[in-house]
Amino acid sequence: MYFESLEALLNMAGHGPYVWSCYGLFFALLGINVWHAKRQQLKALKQVKAFVRRNS
Amino acid sequence: MTESSWRMPRWFHQMGSPKWFYGFAGILQPWFAIAALGLLTWGAVWGLAFAPADYQQGNSFRIMYVHVPAAILSQSIFLGMAVAGAVGLVWKMKVAFMVARSCIAIGATFTAIALVTGAIWGKPTWGAYWVWDARLTSTLVLFFLYAGIMALNQAISERHIAGKATAILAIVGTINIPIIKYSVEWWNTLHQSSSFTLTAKPSMPADMYLPLLLTVLGSYCLFALVVLMRTRSQIVQSQSGASWLMQHRDITGA
Repeated sequence: MYFESLEALLNMAGHGPYVWSCYGLFFALLGINVWHAKRQQLKALKQVKAFVRRNS
Repeated sequence: MTESSWRMPRWFHQMGSPKWFYGFAGILQPWFAIAALGLLTWGAVWGLAFAPADYQQGNSFRIMYVHVPAAILSQSIFLGMAVAGAVGLVWKMKVAFMVARSCIAIGATFTAIALVTGAIWGKPTWGAYWVWDARLTSTLVLFFLYAGIMALNQAISERHIAGKATAILAIVGTINIPIIKYSVEWWNTLHQSSSFTLTAKPSMPADMYLPLLLTVLGSYCLFALVVLMRTRSQIVQSQSGASWLMQHRDITGA
């Protein structure tokens, strides 16, 4: 590891808040996108399954 | 030129079939999910904890590993959306319109990430979160273009017309992409010129460059995953009642 301790990794010589907030935002927003796409997919399949049940 | 030389390959027309696309995308989806998770985790851990600090910017340069992929993807997705839209208009392929529509939210997300992480990076580097610099302003315009396309899509209830409108706006909006790319050369800007291309030898050491390559490739995989998922959802919605879908294992559960 480049840093000597976990504290140094978190602090990054004063740049920690800038760096960590960017990574947090990146993974949070992309995670929400995947989650939303998955939810949309499940919802669409559920609607078709309900349609099949009604017509069978 | 003979007529046959203009004929598109077979796979091109297969991609236009909702049934074929649904099945093929279903096979690709888990692989893109694994690749995106693996590459992004590997790149982020390497970039955060193992890459050496920059001699000028110190540790703030580590923001590059999320900012640069987001900026590259914001432009690539817009171009991809315009190409899909053009294919939809020329060959009247509904699936192409669906792909274009699937690009909007993920493209807007990558643009927002590029803008916000750029602003956060700007504070320790330039001393300001925002400057009305050509690169920053043209990227903000890109975000507004995505927002406009998103609003247009939601305002038109008829899917086919919404698809056409999206395609036209995306094609017209591509004029902004070369402006973003060459803004750092055409105008005197604070934003540095590109230090990462897939074609030229990198100007930074491998320990700094490779994590960036991983996060860029991981971001492309994540984009592909989201587009496939969203397009498959739209196919399910538009094809409900189609016999192939009724017999598909996603519906029958078998």
